[in-house]
Parts: sequence; C-alpha cells; structure tokens
Amino acid sequence: MSERHRSKYAGNGTIRWYLLNKLVLENLKHRPVRTLLSVLAIGVEVTMMLTLVGLSHGMLDESARRARGVGADIVIRPPGSSVISLSSAPMSDKFIQFFEKQPHVSLAVGTMVHPIGGINTITGIDLDRFNRISGGFRYESGGPFKGPDDIIVDEFYATQNNLKAGSMHELLNRQWRVAGVVEPGKLARIFVQLPVLQELTGNTGKLSQIYLKVDDPARDDEVVRHLRSIPALKDYYIYTLEEFTSLISVNNVPGLRAFIYVIIGLSVIVGFIVVFMAMYTAVLERTREIGVLKALGASSGYILNLLVRETVLLALLGSVLGILMTFGSRWLIETLVPASLTQQIVPSWWPVAAGIAVVGALLGALYPGWKAAKQDPIEALAYE
Amino acid sequence: MNSPCIIEVRDLRKTYRAGEVDVHALRGVNLDISQGEFISIVGPSGSGKSTLFNVVGGLTPPTSGTVRIGGKDLAGLSDADRTNLRKTMVGFVFQKYNLLPTLSARDNIEIARHIAGRNSNTNARFQQVLELLGIGHRLHHKPRAMSGGEQQRVAIARAIVNDPAILLADEPTGNLDTENSAIVLDLLRDLNERMGQTILMITHNPEAASYGHRTVHMRDGSIVDTQLTLE
Repeated sequence: MSERHRSKYAGNGTIRWYLLNKLVLENLKHRPVRTLLSVLAIGVEVTMMLTLVGLSHGMLDESARRARGVGADIVIRPPGSSVISLSSAPMSDKFIQFFEKQPHVSLAVGTMVHPIGGINTITGIDLDRFNRISGGFRYESGGPFKGPDDIIVDEFYATQNNLKAGSMHELLNRQWRVAGVVEPGKLARIFVQLPVLQELTGNTGKLSQIYLKVDDPARDDEVVRHLRSIPALKDYYIYTLEEFTSLISVNNVPGLRAFIYVIIGLSVIVGFIVVFMAMYTAVLERTREIGVLKALGASSGYILNLLVRETVLLALLGSVLGILMTFGSRWLIETLVPASLTQQIVPSWWPVAAGIAVVGALLGALYPGWKAAKQDPIEALAYE
Repeated sequence: MNSPCIIEVRDLRKTYRAGEVDVHALRGVNLDISQGEFISIVGPSGSGKSTLFNVVGGLTPPTSGTVRIGGKDLAGLSDADRTNLRKTMVGFVFQKYNLLPTLSARDNIEIARHIAGRNSNTNARFQQVLELLGIGHRLHHKPRAMSGGEQQRVAIARAIVNDPAILLADEPTGNLDTENSAIVLDLLRDLNERMGQTILMITHNPEAASYGHRTVHMRDGSIVDTQLTLE
C-alpha cells in the first residue's frame, strides 16, 4: 500500500467517514444530469429568496438614504402612518409655524406625498424652505420651478422615463414640464410645488410629513423629548432622523414580511419536490446496492446517514450556485431595466437561505430515506 | 471432522407468505458444520437451499427451530441484532458479485470493514486477503472495468475481510465461464485450506460441489442426502 493510501485510510480508532463521503461523491458523479438539475433547482430556490431580500433591502436603503438627504434632524409623521407609506395628508400646515416657535427649532419644512402607483410617489415641496434645510438641489440640467405645471425629477427617474429638462411628462392625468433634473438622494424622486399638489389632490393646507432642523445637533434628543411631551402631539410620531432611518426595515413595511415568507415557503416547496424526486429515483435505482450494504451489516442509520450526506451536499452546492446567481439576477435587472429596482447583495442572508435550502432538501429526503432504510435485504438483493 | 461445531441447525422451519399462500420453504432441516469445513449444498430450484442461505446468513429470521452460529442463536434476534451479526459473523458472496458500482475494488473491500467498525490500519488480514486473491494491481479499478472473475474475487475479499465465522456463497460461479469458475473455486479451496475459512456454498454444478468436503442434497425443504467428497 502506498504512503498516500496509508495516511488516507488511517483511522486511530475513530470512525473514518472518508469512505462514506467518497461513496456519496461517487454516487452524485454517477448521475451527472440528475445531480446538475437538482443543484440547479436548489440554486433557483436560493436565488428566489436572495433576490427578493436583495430587492427589499435595496428599496429600503434607498428610502433611508433619501430621508437622510433631506438634511433634517427630526421627522414628524401623522397618527396612523407607517414608516414607508404615506397615503394621506392629515396634518395642517399651521403646524409649521407652531414647530418653528418651539425652542431650538431653527426651521420646519412640510411636505406632501401622494402615491402615483407602484412604489412611486410624487412629493410636494416648498422649494425655498426645502433648499434651506437640504442645502439645495444640484441640478444636472434645467433649474427650479418656474410655473405651476413644472416638476423636478431626479436623474434616476429621468433615465427610467427618458426625460430631460424641458420634456413633457404625464402624471395624475396632467401634463407637466420637466423644469430640472437633479442629483438623486434628496427626499424623493419627483417633486412639484406644494400648493399645486395640495390643490390637485384636494388636500389644501394639509401636510403629510414635517421635517425640523435643530440649531444645535447635540440637542436632537432633547427637542424630541420636549415635543413628545406636548399633549396636542400625543398621537404623532416624532423621531430623530437616526431613529427614523433605523425604522426603515423589512419589519416596518406592511405586508413585505408576509410576502417574503410566502416566497420562502414556495422556495422550500420547490426544493422539497426536487430533492424528493431526485432522492426517490436514486433510492429505487440503488435498491440492490442498499441490499448489499445491508447484507454487509449496514444498519438503517448507516443507510440514512449516506442519503442525508448526499442531500446536504446537493443543498450546499445548490446554495453556492444560488448565491452566484443573485449576482447574475442583479446584472440582469440593471441591464434589462436600467434605473428601476435596486437589488442589493445581502451576505448576511446567505447562511439563512442556505439553511432554508438544506431544511427543504432534508424534508424531501425524508420519505426516500425511510424507504431505503426499511428495505428488506433479501428483496433488495433479488431486485433487477 | 473433530473440530468444534460452528454452525448448528436444528429442526429449522421457514414459512413465508407468497400472496395468499403459505410456502413451507424449509421443513425441519438439521445440519452441523464444523469449523474449517467446506460444505456444498445442491438441489433443484425451490428445494429451499436459498432460504437456508438467507436464514443462516441472518438476512431473515427462522419461523421455528434453532440456528446457532458460533454459539449464538439466531432465533429471537431482532432485525437490528441480525444486522449486527452480519457485520462480523458472516460474509456473503453472490452470483452477481454485487459490488458497489461507484466505488473502486479497494473501496468495495474497505467499506465492509468500515461498516463493521473495523480499523483498517491493523492491516495484516487485509494484506493477507489481497495476496491470496492475486488482484493487487487491479484494486484502483471500478467494477465495470473488471472481468467477471476479477469482480467475484473482489467480492470474496470483501466477504472475508472481517474474518467471518462462515463464508456463505450463493452460486459463486453461476455467471462465470469455465476458466474463471475454476479460478474462483480454487480460491475458495485455498481460503479454506490455508486460512481455515469455513465455507457454505450453494451450487447447481456437481463439479463445483465436489470442491467441498461434503455435499448436502436438498429437496422440498429438507436435506435428503449427504455425500462425502472422495479425495
């Protein structure tokens, strides 16, 4: 026996699993197409999960980045609003003066947000005040509003919709002139003048969100505490910007979590079915071999061990492929639909998705494994 | 033969159900096999020789009677106990070799040791077996690259690598040509003579049967005759 072999087979009394792993590997290599398809299917399962999570993260991070881009220190939201969506404008614009009278508040800016379908919204701003709090837009082309029919869009939206300064664009059943295209990252993607949007949507004098600037950044918490103590603001959501952006997460978007669960559930079912079929055919095909192993004295546990190893290996290979494919799906989204959804690569979800794939696969291997372990050796050996 | 009795079969009966009919495969078999004996069992299909093979090998429990291997009674053993017994007490050689197709010849032999929980760096037995088989140079090949005779020699190595109390061979030359049959039978005789391996072999072939010390004839689930082989 060669030295190489000697070391490979040496066991020091501990059970050597080398041989079992080799059998698992050889079995997978024995049916390359079945193995490849199983790995591919598990890969798709993992990509489905990771792409969805990546899109959610991308969307939420983008929201948080834009919220920070406003330059405010404190955010005030009306009762009953959620972090991500603002569908109504229930706050009176009289609040602006009220807040500006509060200690250490140097500036209050009200905005109005109106949904226009999909994940897009149109935002009404008072441009002077907005420039003061945010430091002003940086125009890629064009400039500020000139008339009531003017809109300002960010470069992202402009690219997506093929717009440039001077283009006409229809929104809310109305033709708008693109006055300027600005660098993205401040509050929203589509802006109109606040009174125009208020009037157009029947919300005259109403605001959906108010941003405050504090004269001394160290006093954010103090001001928030003070505002929360005012009885009239009891039901309002008052956050420092830091608190607010930390709330922009999957958990705080209504329905998103449930949606992710549904997709994960579907993924697990896909993985389950694929592995079930693959392992079931493998067990049928190896009936004789299982009979041989049993004749040699292999226990049910030994046979099960063999199949579990094979299943876990399939799931792990599929997970690696799935992770690689998320880079592909991101590239596809960016290439085919430029400036649409942002998909992030979220490595913290890799082990989660792989874990889910492994669990789904093990569920799929349960019945075939049981069937194999229960095989009668005499019948199995007589199997043609 | 004055050697101790290694297998003791007393009034062994085995009845199994095929569909709605009870089949009495063994109807009171008595057989003693001494340590170091080479026994051939012959008989027509349906005579019960395969059932005897399966019961003695611990693949299926007897319906009644006793089967002692090395003093251990197989009657009353659970499935798990019989599985355990197969690891070290019996070695099987089948007509169709039954090697694992995805493993090399060496690994096919190794896995038997692995299943038995044996450590293969205590290698004396392994080496001895390989030398006897004369296939050392073919060990890295997979079964499909080997001739039937070579595959059967690997199967024999696998069967004896754990030093079983008895080697059970079911038509070991049934798929082989005359030349390879002779090689395999010579090998079994060598194992028996040089290593003292107890062997029970089922065969159809009278010439093959004559390699054993005794030939047991079976018919309709009973032993009808026993002949000593004349040297």
